[in-house]
Amino acid sequence: MTYRNDPYDPKQPSLLSDDALKEAVQHSRALFAAAPTLKALTELKPEHLGDRSAVSLARREIGSLQPAAKAEAGKRVNEARSEIQAAYDARLAELEAEEQQRVLREEQVDVTLGWDRRPRGARHPLTTLMERVGDLFVGMGYEVAEGPEVELEWANFDALNIAPDHPARGLMDTFWVAAAETATGSGLVLRTHTSPVQARTMLTRQPPIYIVVPGRVYRTDELDATHSPVFHQVEGLVVDKGITMAHLKGTLDHFARAMFGPLAKTRWRPHYFPFTEPSAEFDVWFEAHRDGPQWVEWGGCGMVNPNVLRACGIDPEEYSGFAFGMGIERTLMFRNGLSDMREMIEGDVRFTRAFGMEVH
Amino acid sequence: MRVGLSWLREHVQLPAKVSAAEIDLALTNLGIEVEHIVDQRELVTGDLVVGRVLTIEELTEFKKPIRFVTLDIGQSKPQEVICGATNFAEGDLVVVILPGGVLPGGFEVGSRKTYGRVSNGMICSARELGISDDHAGIIVLDPAVDAKLGDDARHVLGMDDIGLAVEITPDRGYQMSVRGLARELAHAYHVPFTDPGLGKHTEATKKPAWPLTIDDPAGCDRYAARLVRGVDPKAPTPDFMKRRLTTAGIRTLGLPIDITNYVMLELGQPMHAFDADRINGALVVRRAKAGEKLVTLDGSTRVLSEEDMVICDDTGPISLAAVMGGQTSEVVDGTTNVLFEAAHWDPTMVGRTARRHKLFSEAAKRWERGVDRNLCLVGIERAVSLLVEYGGGKAGKEVLDLNYPSEPVTITMAADKPSKLIGVDYSVDRISDLLTEIGCDVAAYDDRVEVVPPSWRPDLREPADLVEEVVRLDGFENVPSVLPIAPPGNGLTAAQRRKRGVGRALAEQGYVEVLSYPFVSRSVMQTLGVPEHAVRLANPISEEEPFMRTSLLPGLLGALKRNLGRGQRDVALFEQGLVFLPAPQAALPPTMGVAARPEESLWQQANAAVPRQPWQVAAVLAGEFERSGWWGAGRVAGWADAVQAARDVLAASAVPERDIVVEQLVSKPFHPGRCAGITIGGVSVGMAGELHPEICAALEVPRGTCAMELQLDAVPLPGVTPPPVISNYPPALIDVALVLPQEIPNAAVEAALLEGAGPLLESLRLFDVYQGKGIEEGKRSLAYNLTFRAPDRTLKVEEAVAARDSAVAVAASRFGAVLRGTSAPAGSSKSA
Repeated sequence: MTYRNDPYDPKQPSLLSDDALKEAVQHSRALFAAAPTLKALTELKPEHLGDRSAVSLARREIGSLQPAAKAEAGKRVNEARSEIQAAYDARLAELEAEEQQRVLREEQVDVTLGWDRRPRGARHPLTTLMERVGDLFVGMGYEVAEGPEVELEWANFDALNIAPDHPARGLMDTFWVAAAETATGSGLVLRTHTSPVQARTMLTRQPPIYIVVPGRVYRTDELDATHSPVFHQVEGLVVDKGITMAHLKGTLDHFARAMFGPLAKTRWRPHYFPFTEPSAEFDVWFEAHRDGPQWVEWGGCGMVNPNVLRACGIDPEEYSGFAFGMGIERTLMFRNGLSDMREMIEGDVRFTRAFGMEVH
Repeated sequence: MRVGLSWLREHVQLPAKVSAAEIDLALTNLGIEVEHIVDQRELVTGDLVVGRVLTIEELTEFKKPIRFVTLDIGQSKPQEVICGATNFAEGDLVVVILPGGVLPGGFEVGSRKTYGRVSNGMICSARELGISDDHAGIIVLDPAVDAKLGDDARHVLGMDDIGLAVEITPDRGYQMSVRGLARELAHAYHVPFTDPGLGKHTEATKKPAWPLTIDDPAGCDRYAARLVRGVDPKAPTPDFMKRRLTTAGIRTLGLPIDITNYVMLELGQPMHAFDADRINGALVVRRAKAGEKLVTLDGSTRVLSEEDMVICDDTGPISLAAVMGGQTSEVVDGTTNVLFEAAHWDPTMVGRTARRHKLFSEAAKRWERGVDRNLCLVGIERAVSLLVEYGGGKAGKEVLDLNYPSEPVTITMAADKPSKLIGVDYSVDRISDLLTEIGCDVAAYDDRVEVVPPSWRPDLREPADLVEEVVRLDGFENVPSVLPIAPPGNGLTAAQRRKRGVGRALAEQGYVEVLSYPFVSRSVMQTLGVPEHAVRLANPISEEEPFMRTSLLPGLLGALKRNLGRGQRDVALFEQGLVFLPAPQAALPPTMGVAARPEESLWQQANAAVPRQPWQVAAVLAGEFERSGWWGAGRVAGWADAVQAARDVLAASAVPERDIVVEQLVSKPFHPGRCAGITIGGVSVGMAGELHPEICAALEVPRGTCAMELQLDAVPLPGVTPPPVISNYPPALIDVALVLPQEIPNAAVEAALLEGAGPLLESLRLFDVYQGKGIEEGKRSLAYNLTFRAPDRTLKVEEAVAARDSAVAVAASRFGAVLRGTSAPAGSSKSA
């Protein structure tokens, strides 16, 4: 189907020829496929798909054809152009994908490089251990009570059934606050235990009282691996109707399990504390001890001495109560296998950072 | 108290075979702390025999003295051993371990060549045998010892016993004796106990053993005495007694004194022995006169107080009652006539006297804990008979017993009291049995028991004390474990939650928590310029640091220095805790009783005497706050980090940003140009900034160290958070740069802009500070992003510009600010 009747340009009809169009398509395909880069490909675009491209020139020739042949020729030209466009698009997509791959390859980094621009902070394990104990008891309905560290001698001793001449006062290794020059005594001490908070609580609120008291206490011990003149205790006090020593045991057993795992339990030995009667010291069975499962001395406890209740205005005939207490440093030491108390107070960041934000 | 089990066995019928571990457990479960318990029979294995030194050959060619010794150990041939000790002579009796024996610590003794000879065994010291710390030389036995050569030496040495050291709690004086411990073991083993305290004794005679009057029966409510005449002053203390005293840690000082100590150990009755011939005239028991002097047995001159009790003769005080005898009347080498004293003293008086004169004798320890007032005559009887038996004296017929007995106490206890307090169902019979077992007289009824405690239990005063005995003897293991149900609580208080939030916030910002000692020196307070009116301790750990902190900075800076000293370079620390601020003119707390709740006014008055102890938070930082690394340069910690730490604390305390006022301040301990004062609602809550270089130098921390400290208690607790207004209409973003005199603080400019901009201003943020080319000398340019937004509509450009203009106008009128340039309002299309 060749038409050699164009009066203006005898060569032109050849562009519309089937062979010519096929060749144009093949030629374009070959060049597109050979284009190595996006830039090379886009540079080919005007030659193959632009106004001066073979298919565009072929299209111009359609006008000179017989009306009957126009439709058929137009269809062939369009098909050829579509094929060239498709070849172009396909190659474009291919090259873009390659380019994207290249960019991503170039953007690769060493993710193992560290980024410790801001060193981590940490909270002291004694603080977080006290919070943990507080949370446990708050969960049981207790409240966390606090008191001053420079304390009335009365609250630290007298109210707790430790009379001025009681031998226990001598055992406490008390820091005394110096008196003004004119006085014989200041009536103030650094509290030797958290127990004055018992008295303060009983004097300011009515039973039922369920409190836990974490806090800092002081004794005149020289600093060594197991002693410090400044240390922390946590103390519990319950005053309510019908409170028994069985309740104390239940509470301590629960506390022990929460702190030391489900196999923990307590063992009691009779002891003496002026502020409780009966009194006991208790050990805890600690499975995860670094030297193997064993009983570890943990704290002291007992039923609140009626003299203490009376001094705080609570009728011991109506109410009874229990109290218990233990050292936080000691608890942290055996729980986490620490051997030197000094590490806890020196403030070395390497020690504290090891515990992070919570004690585990 | 240290004692051998064999002595206890004399009064309690224990099973023939009990192990040290069983005794340990039994005593522990009764509330007696066992400090040390050792079965001496297991200390040494193999042949440990008595030998006599036949010959000693000194080997002089060695650096130290070495002896080659031959011993008669009852064999046909002498035993040859090498010995390094020199405290013995030919003819002495010694203790020898023969080859095959094993000493404590697994040290096996063999026949071995040493110092050029063959040594067949070893002559032992007490420490080598594990029976005492004495290693001054080898043991030389008493020539009169009841043993043949070659006999097992264990019996001679008392090594056939279980030795125990127990700690007695301050309420149980009766346990500080063989009598008391034997009684407790009888409870543990449910075996018969023979009470030596109820032994036979001679009652008081009409004619006293010595003329004596008691002036002060409150201090001394019983005094017994008896004479032993014609004692052989050379009579030695018998071996068994010496051994038991030595075990107890009491030195032997001659027979009469040893007997007083022996009776004290056995019965718990402290005693005294006078040389009767050195007493002048009748005795008077009275309070000392203030300033009166007495030379006690230890040779010290004691200046007495009106609270001390003394025993006097015609010459004045001859003995400090209950604590220590006097030199002028003590038993001496030639004493032949001995007057024994067994009295009962007021425990409080003895405690005070012991503390005043720092004489914590074995006797004083017992008096303080309580002594059975019915032991006087038993003690006298025991001491007299021992002295007659071993000292050859003759007991005086007369017995003195001045007695001012007090009414016996009867405790009435509801029958259900123990069950109610312990949570175990004890029957009246059980209660009655247990209390009877410890020596009480018990009358049991259905609803109550009436109990008269025995004379040795002055600690039993009210029902709770009896309950303790019931549960102690019945056993804590019988108490069930029951969790009480508390009424609903209120959780942590707002202040408690805040402390935690503040701690977490600072830790998250890179600060490490420190818990430092609160003891500080005067000089560190002066250097830092913190309040110097501080609580002072009467007995500080260090005389250098007798004060309680008034600021957290001394401790924190100390920890900073320590960390730097240990090789850390970039350190950021924080601490939370109390500081101690006494009132300028604090009154003394009033005297308050304990019989009942103190009057409210007294309680208030007492608390007014307690120094104010606010809770504070502080931080210090030095080195790089952001570290340098492969990413580039770091950033050295600066004043701005310290101020930001304070802001972080306030943010964690939920203080609205707009309520925080930061002001330029000049104050110690900070750099005069780099100190920020922080106020909330007109109340100063703290400071932050860079420390003064001179202070850094004085405290040996790096120049440029920064710090902040806030009075957290002064920061208001948050109310309920109001709902935030979130508008979804587009913002209008306008930047302004203002040129102002450089001394105008940014905070003031921001406040002016906020005030002028009105409610359409959603936020304002400083993004640039510029001084230099294009800005007049002495001025600076501050550039801000302003974000305007309306809650209910898209803001028109003109509205935003108008708000901007009025903001700038306030800054202009207040500070002469000039607009440096504005970026055109870009409406919603400009992104922030």
